Amino acid sequence: MFEFFTNIHVDWMGKRKILIAISIFLLLAGLASAVGRQFTEGGTDAFNLGVDFQGGTVATVKFRQKPAGDEIRSALQSVGVPDSVIQDSTDKDDEVLIKVPNMGRREEECPRVDESGRCFVKKALDTFGPEAEGASTLQDNEAAAYKIVGTDSVGPVAGAQLRNQAVIATLLGLVGILLFIAFRYDWTYAAGAVIAVFHDVLITLAFFSIFQWEISLTVLAALLTLVGFSVNDSIVIFDRIRENLTLHRGQSLYDLTNSSINQTMSRTIVTNGLVFLSVLALVLFGGEVLRGFSLALFVGSITGTYSTIAIASPIAIWWQSKLGAAKVKTVRAVSTGKDGKELATASRRSVTRRPVTR
Amino acid sequence: MPWWAGSQSKDHVKWVAHVGHCTVPLNAPGQKAFALLMKNQSLLIRTGIILFITLAGIYLAFGPRRTPTAADFTLTGIRNNLAENINLGLDLKGGSHLVMRVKTDEYLAKMTATDEQAALNAAQTVNLPVTGSSHVAANGTYSVSLELSDPAQAEAVIEEVRKKVDFTNWTQSINGNTITWSLPSNIQTVLKNQAVDQAHRIIESRINLFGVKEPTLQRHGAESAGQILLQMPGMDDPERIKKTIGDQAKLYLMKIVSPANPAPITKYPTLEAAKQSLGGTIPANRLILPYTERDAAPLAAPTPDPQTRPKEFVVVENPPVVDGSELRSANAVSTTNNRDDYQISFAFKPSGAQKFGDWTGKNIGNYMAVVLNDEVKSAAYIKSQIFDQGEISGKFSKETAEDLALTLRSGALPAQIEYQEERTVGPSLGADSIRAGVTASLAGLIFIVIFMLVYYRGSGINAVIALILNLLLTLAALIVMDSTLTLPGIAGLILGIGMAVDSNVLIFERMREELRAGREVAEAVSLGFDRAFITIIDTHVTTIISAIILYLYGSGPIRGFSVTLIVGLLINLFSAVFVSRTIFMWLLERNPQMKKLSI
Repeated sequence: MFEFFTNIHVDWMGKRKILIAISIFLLLAGLASAVGRQFTEGGTDAFNLGVDFQGGTVATVKFRQKPAGDEIRSALQSVGVPDSVIQDSTDKDDEVLIKVPNMGRREEECPRVDESGRCFVKKALDTFGPEAEGASTLQDNEAAAYKIVGTDSVGPVAGAQLRNQAVIATLLGLVGILLFIAFRYDWTYAAGAVIAVFHDVLITLAFFSIFQWEISLTVLAALLTLVGFSVNDSIVIFDRIRENLTLHRGQSLYDLTNSSINQTMSRTIVTNGLVFLSVLALVLFGGEVLRGFSLALFVGSITGTYSTIAIASPIAIWWQSKLGAAKVKTVRAVSTGKDGKELATASRRSVTRRPVTR
Repeated sequence: MPWWAGSQSKDHVKWVAHVGHCTVPLNAPGQKAFALLMKNQSLLIRTGIILFITLAGIYLAFGPRRTPTAADFTLTGIRNNLAENINLGLDLKGGSHLVMRVKTDEYLAKMTATDEQAALNAAQTVNLPVTGSSHVAANGTYSVSLELSDPAQAEAVIEEVRKKVDFTNWTQSINGNTITWSLPSNIQTVLKNQAVDQAHRIIESRINLFGVKEPTLQRHGAESAGQILLQMPGMDDPERIKKTIGDQAKLYLMKIVSPANPAPITKYPTLEAAKQSLGGTIPANRLILPYTERDAAPLAAPTPDPQTRPKEFVVVENPPVVDGSELRSANAVSTTNNRDDYQISFAFKPSGAQKFGDWTGKNIGNYMAVVLNDEVKSAAYIKSQIFDQGEISGKFSKETAEDLALTLRSGALPAQIEYQEERTVGPSLGADSIRAGVTASLAGLIFIVIFMLVYYRGSGINAVIALILNLLLTLAALIVMDSTLTLPGIAGLILGIGMAVDSNVLIFERMREELRAGREVAEAVSLGFDRAFITIIDTHVTTIISAIILYLYGSGPIRGFSVTLIVGLLINLFSAVFVSRTIFMWLLERNPQMKKLSI
């Protein structure tokens, strides 16, 4: 049988300052990127928000003969669309993503249709040749030069609404997590886990700002996924700390936390490694639509693992050192009969206070 | 701890004691047989439960609509069955997704303005000393005020206004010379809701007329948002639909310029001829509208196409007598029950009834046109004075009458709608997303399976079985709940699978630890499950709690994510803990003296 990291003794908590410094550096880099971009004249915005959150239209267009980006941009300008973003599809040579802002209502150009960028895109692209409309495709319509294969159009109100709703739902979800961990463990652990989750989300957002990856609804789904993933990881280690607290009553919390992290290291490596590799597959083969989703999970799967060790555990311990150790709700031990070794079940009892050394 | 979760602490610990430590002396032979029976029974029951749930899952996922055939068990058969049974969201299947908002504040503002006019008219027709009127319709305040020159007459004015205008739910106040009716905010909410519901019904009837396949139309978001969501699978160019929905079906009842009945209606064959009758130019108080004779259409089957029927023109008086917003209801009725003798009965709201009553009283015998979107749909003469109820006479066929009644009822949207969100996914783009997502997920899954088999060897088979069962049951649950699988839903599925793998890893790593600590195989297995179960419960409950909150407070895409996640996690408690443990129990049953576990 081959195993990873079965017998390691790393002083993780001793490295907390370096680890936290790395986190702070990344967060500051993200902040600098976001703030810097926001206040640079003529620069990009803090985040490359997709139409889901910003409003506007993005059309996915398939061409027979793909024109250059500048040609498309000037065609759009000629029908009165000043700012457009033309982006080549990363996995299909003949497809282009065209992003236009909300145009408002323009009776003369696109009568009776409000807020629809599709009409403007169509008008601009008709200069390259007719569209394969309705059910026809580029294959069976010889005369057609292009086809709009998908559009996303979001009004300014709906964009703000989607954004707010997502943020509120996520924050409430975190409150739920906080309460449950406080109930099962202790407030200090709950705070550690939730701060770690915030940290993960912020670092992921920092990457999105630095590299200007687009934030769309699927990125939101990925952020939610990573919240679940990160909390899951923290709880596994907290659970081991809780168990060790009953088993090794003499030890300091500092050492207990270290050994708990080390004991669960093989699990951490296996699970998170598998998740990481699955997400890598998603990044490589997931396609254009899933791009933002995959990238967010990719960053998240790394920070989620890292934050448990570097953020969640040190915060829980640090807080306890200030408050004089927590009354961790421990689990009643059941004798398995042989050597009186205690086995945990779900009932709770407060454990005696113990020192947090170092 | 719930019995189904697989720990069954006390009984099970006893069982371990028997199996793992065969040194435990058992006195009587009867007792020994009983113990053997007991442990077999526990295993039998577990196996029975697993078999039942698995078969139910396979049945639900693959064949609830018909008896399975041999073809269903081939790869393509499985794929087709799944594609058929799972509802794919529009982002995967292709189609249009429209979120529209009914401008309810505009609706209330229009209503307030109309009521102001009606109240003023009501007071002035009976010569009460009303000198002026005004209304407020902004920032959530909707009120109508009348100015009196003689405050003593206030009660009389109120009495008169109440007869004609429906101010039942308005709060009324008299302040000096001013009478004010204002709309309380709770009633505003009710009215706004009614307007959205009405718009919902109108849009529904229009979409049905359009023949969209399997549309989903529902209220969307918070009730106060006044939003309606329309999803149309397979429709990737919604412009035509949007036009149809947004059409302001403008309905007017107008007086036709023509000699009274029994003389026929004066019609003109061309626009020019109609213009000539007015002396060459159209004055402000006249309109020329096209008129397609309906009564004349033969009742025999297929009604002639509107395009081929002769189009004529009539001259009508402007402004209209009443418009469609004054209608309360409209129905097709027949007195003779003859299929070709239908009329349309309609009823006005109080304000419309007053106007209409006054007008019809003065115009008995004259022709009135029902004008829809600037086209005369039917013309009829006034038989008698009509107040709030009346009918459009003329020999309509049953279908024509019903259509017309529907148009009248559903006629005008209560307020304009605006589109807030529009997403279209062409079928090819959707299919590409699925292919890419499925390819990537499968690649990840295959890698996980290989890893588990290599790293955990024999026990890895356990994990793989649990994983496959998890996927199967999750899909079955999604099919049973008739929920829709979207891209965020797939994200939830992936997180669920990730946690399923994690559960197995937690259990196996714990077992390895116990084995390293020198425990017997049976004891290590038991301890691994019991101890890891606490961790698993904590991680699962935490995630389920946050997923439930996301479901409650999130909308569309977030909900899709939470549903698949919750389902996947609940099933995981069964597949990763209960099933996996049963397999280990079975292994130990076959070889109680097992010295080495393949892990």
